[in-house]
Amino acid sequence: MRHRGFYIIALIALGLPVLFPKSYFVEVNGTAIFFNAALAIGLNLLMGYAGQISLGHAAFFAIGAYSTAIITTRYGLSPYWAMLIGLFLNTCISYVLARPLLKLKGHYLAMATLGMGIIVHIFLVQTGKLTGGPDGISNIPNLSIFGFILNTDRKWYWAAAILMLMTMKLSLNIADSRMGRAFRALHTSEIAAQMMRIDTTSAKTQVFVLSALIASLTGSLFAHQKAFVSPDSFTFFFSIELVTMVVLGGLGSTYGALFGAAFITLLPELLSSIENYEVMIFGLILMTTMMFFPKGLYVTMIETFRTQLGVKMALNSWVNSKRIHRC
Amino acid sequence: MFKRFLTLFLATCFAWFSTISAHAADTIKIGSFLALSGNASILGDPELKTLQMYIDEINAAGGVNGKKLELIYYDSAGKTKEANDFVKKLIKKDDVDIILGGTTSGETLAVIDVVEQEQVPFISFAGAIEIVEPVKKWVFKTPHSDKMAVAKIYEDMKKRGISKVALITGNSGFDKSGLKQLHALASQYGITIVADETYDNNDTDMTTQLTKIRGTDAQAIINFGLGKAPAIVAKNIKQLGIKLPLYESHGVATKEFLTLAGDAAEGIRLPAAALLVADKLPDSDPQKKVVTAYKTKYEAKYGPVSTFGGHAYDGLFIAVEAMKRAKGTDKAKVRDEIEKTKGFIGTAGIFNMSPTDHMGLDISAFKMLEIKNGNWEIVN
Amino acid sequence: MCGTTARIHHSVLLTITLIQHSALNIHNSILMLHSEFLQFFITGITVGFTYALIAIGFSIIYNASDVVNFAQGEFVMMGALSTISLHSKGIPLPLAIIGGVAITALAGVFLEKLVVERAKGASVINTAIITIGASIFFRGLAMVIWGKGIYQMPHFSGETPLRILGATALPQHLWVIGGAITLMVFFWYFFNQTLLGKAMRACSYNKTAASLVGIRVNTILVSAYAISAALGAISGVLIAPISYMTYESGTMLGLKGFAAAILGGMGSASGAVLGGLCLGLLESFSAGFISSSYKDAVTFIIILLVLFFRPSGILGKKEAERV
Repeated sequence: MRHRGFYIIALIALGLPVLFPKSYFVEVNGTAIFFNAALAIGLNLLMGYAGQISLGHAAFFAIGAYSTAIITTRYGLSPYWAMLIGLFLNTCISYVLARPLLKLKGHYLAMATLGMGIIVHIFLVQTGKLTGGPDGISNIPNLSIFGFILNTDRKWYWAAAILMLMTMKLSLNIADSRMGRAFRALHTSEIAAQMMRIDTTSAKTQVFVLSALIASLTGSLFAHQKAFVSPDSFTFFFSIELVTMVVLGGLGSTYGALFGAAFITLLPELLSSIENYEVMIFGLILMTTMMFFPKGLYVTMIETFRTQLGVKMALNSWVNSKRIHRC
Repeated sequence: MFKRFLTLFLATCFAWFSTISAHAADTIKIGSFLALSGNASILGDPELKTLQMYIDEINAAGGVNGKKLELIYYDSAGKTKEANDFVKKLIKKDDVDIILGGTTSGETLAVIDVVEQEQVPFISFAGAIEIVEPVKKWVFKTPHSDKMAVAKIYEDMKKRGISKVALITGNSGFDKSGLKQLHALASQYGITIVADETYDNNDTDMTTQLTKIRGTDAQAIINFGLGKAPAIVAKNIKQLGIKLPLYESHGVATKEFLTLAGDAAEGIRLPAAALLVADKLPDSDPQKKVVTAYKTKYEAKYGPVSTFGGHAYDGLFIAVEAMKRAKGTDKAKVRDEIEKTKGFIGTAGIFNMSPTDHMGLDISAFKMLEIKNGNWEIVN
Repeated sequence: MCGTTARIHHSVLLTITLIQHSALNIHNSILMLHSEFLQFFITGITVGFTYALIAIGFSIIYNASDVVNFAQGEFVMMGALSTISLHSKGIPLPLAIIGGVAITALAGVFLEKLVVERAKGASVINTAIITIGASIFFRGLAMVIWGKGIYQMPHFSGETPLRILGATALPQHLWVIGGAITLMVFFWYFFNQTLLGKAMRACSYNKTAASLVGIRVNTILVSAYAISAALGAISGVLIAPISYMTYESGTMLGLKGFAAAILGGMGSASGAVLGGLCLGLLESFSAGFISSSYKDAVTFIIILLVLFFRPSGILGKKEAERV
């Protein structure tokens, strides 16, 4: 079966709340993981497939979330209009920025995207009349899907899980498509890709816009789930966290992005008991994981598993062949 | 091998999840979220220390209604998003009986919806007037509001015949909410704002903004801020040779500010609670006994006192008194009793709560202080 | 007739006074503007030199090891805080500064030996995350050691403001500017005239070739990290009296230093200086003439525009892409 991993993940994600009913831990952290994973999967399309770093992804997430927050609370429009407006804004912004931004390479691109994220954050803090300033916007109405009102942690868990699974499926399909092959070519060598007559600029623009759209949609849902948005959720630290999720899981791996999101979201939860040393240990873990698993935790794990399995199978067939000989 | 590992892993996960959802009910659980790191940690740190110190003391004396108090707290770092997450956790996972905390106004405003929806009594340690105005059923606060701080500053300016002011504020929630009140109350006191400059709280130098202010016809400068920025502002004003009177907010009512700003702090006026000048209060002042006791106890254990720890003291004892009157921890009863708090003498003033006033302080609780010879003096 | 003359005379006189008056006004406002401008400039240039020093730190490490060290800002914080700690233990300031710089340089060596050296051959993005991890680690460590308080350092030569054509500066501002220039001259000499410096440059061009001519690449790497950390520490010590220090101060300074290095062109020392000064002046002038609320936004928008037109920074060389 194609994308067997996807179905296993879907089973686990949707099955967890059944296994652990009424678990605050599963419901709330699960929702956070799925939102982060959706963002990380989107970012992985850009970073892992198209090889373009972005340290400003929180900006697109913010634009989606604030579109929803502002339009639903101040103009009383339906959440779906708000979501569409957010998507539209993000399309325009990412499309306009894509060409000049993606011309940049390596650290220059990192700086430019970082700058973009910081600019958006400054506007969120300073345009108090529109965005509510540092205190943000609260009282964002509930979202209802086909008459099903999302108003409990459990319902949000399902919604976030479905969002994550949809993004994952999309990402997996893209990886298999002609577009995905073009992206991978881009990642390995842009010049080689150009020689293969792949329109690198338009491929990069497409993936940039796509990942911005995923971030926008996640942002809108995030705003509804929290019923509250403030600039703190969209700092450049969060952008860096997203990049870390992607790389820690395994650059270029969709499942890795989910794994990285889970790891980075749960780590502070696990470390919170050591209080003062929390920050230090977090840094240490980040540093050492990246040193010892440069391909990412998930990818390394899978590779080790495969080699072990491979060795076992080889051993088995060797033993079997001996048996046959004896016969 | 892999299978065994997997089963072991799943088993551990299962065990872990189940311990997390289990809880005992033989203590009174006090939940708290405070800014223990970040810009507002100067505020959050004494708040936590105060809570810990008095909860230990209450427990040593046998607890409340025969039950021990248990403090469960998280570091929200002054961030609204974290605060929102932690309050949900306090209510849904830790199952606390009451929430005390919320160092900054932003943090507090971010959790009001949750608290109201889940119906848990909540006493905030933050300033913004929006927290209790309009009144929210489950939300109370102990510090003076920033509206009162601004009113006190403007009152003092009126007495000195100042009518044109320049504002300089930072970009955190505390600054922004003070700024809002500065604009809102100006016309009421006949004050014109001739300059409105801002800085980033991480900035290392504010002379540019102050040079712009120097070019206006302002008669005084108001700096509403927290942390190291106000000290830099004070020093830069001195460097530029600006002779205008400088007003600070209650956000710098700490000994730390006095040492940081040094000479530059001379002559600065700020509104603050009686706690700072405990030893200078007349014996007839009803607050004198309470603030001196708190000050002595805190300073013996942790060093110089600040008004912020005092807000935690007030919050904790209002809650404890209410629980005693309610003879239990029933959330609705405790809430009703908090609302009935009358004549409670705290560090911030004398609290008289009512269904229309969930703060219970009036402007007389604020003293206008001036910094003289590196210490606070009451301005009469 | 006479009346007309008188009237003309009167109106001429009036015009002259008017002109004189407005000229005086203009003169005054020019003087005002002039002193304001100068003040913005002094502020901008001081902040700019701090950014420049941090940016040079980025460049040195980048040249030696192709790594952008995101823990550079933490070196600034560590240098200042350890100096303050030593000074508060009764050690005289100059000795405390040497001690603080040495401690930070040691942290730089630690970072190279235990982390970067072991992660050799890691991709750009991996090393970025490793150094981001290191910066979080250093910040956490500083929080454990120094707590969350705000620290101050005595000004090197008092706090009596100096008047310069209507603007003012503190002696410490001159220390920052003078210190930065001295360090820059020193580094120019170091990289162009000394053996170690030349070896470092050789390494930055081609490591294999450098090792073939007998340069110990590892020693060079360690010294690059030590020098860069020491440089960060010195800039921390220079600005701490003006701006105070907390365990978190390094992050923003590091970010600004990175922006300066990129604006000037990563790896170019003169680019780092130019980038730092531009950034400092941009911040100050946009706060002064545009809006203090949006000064950082204006600054970053300008950096973006510069990068759109010069994708390798102002002085950066356009890199040939490896196929």
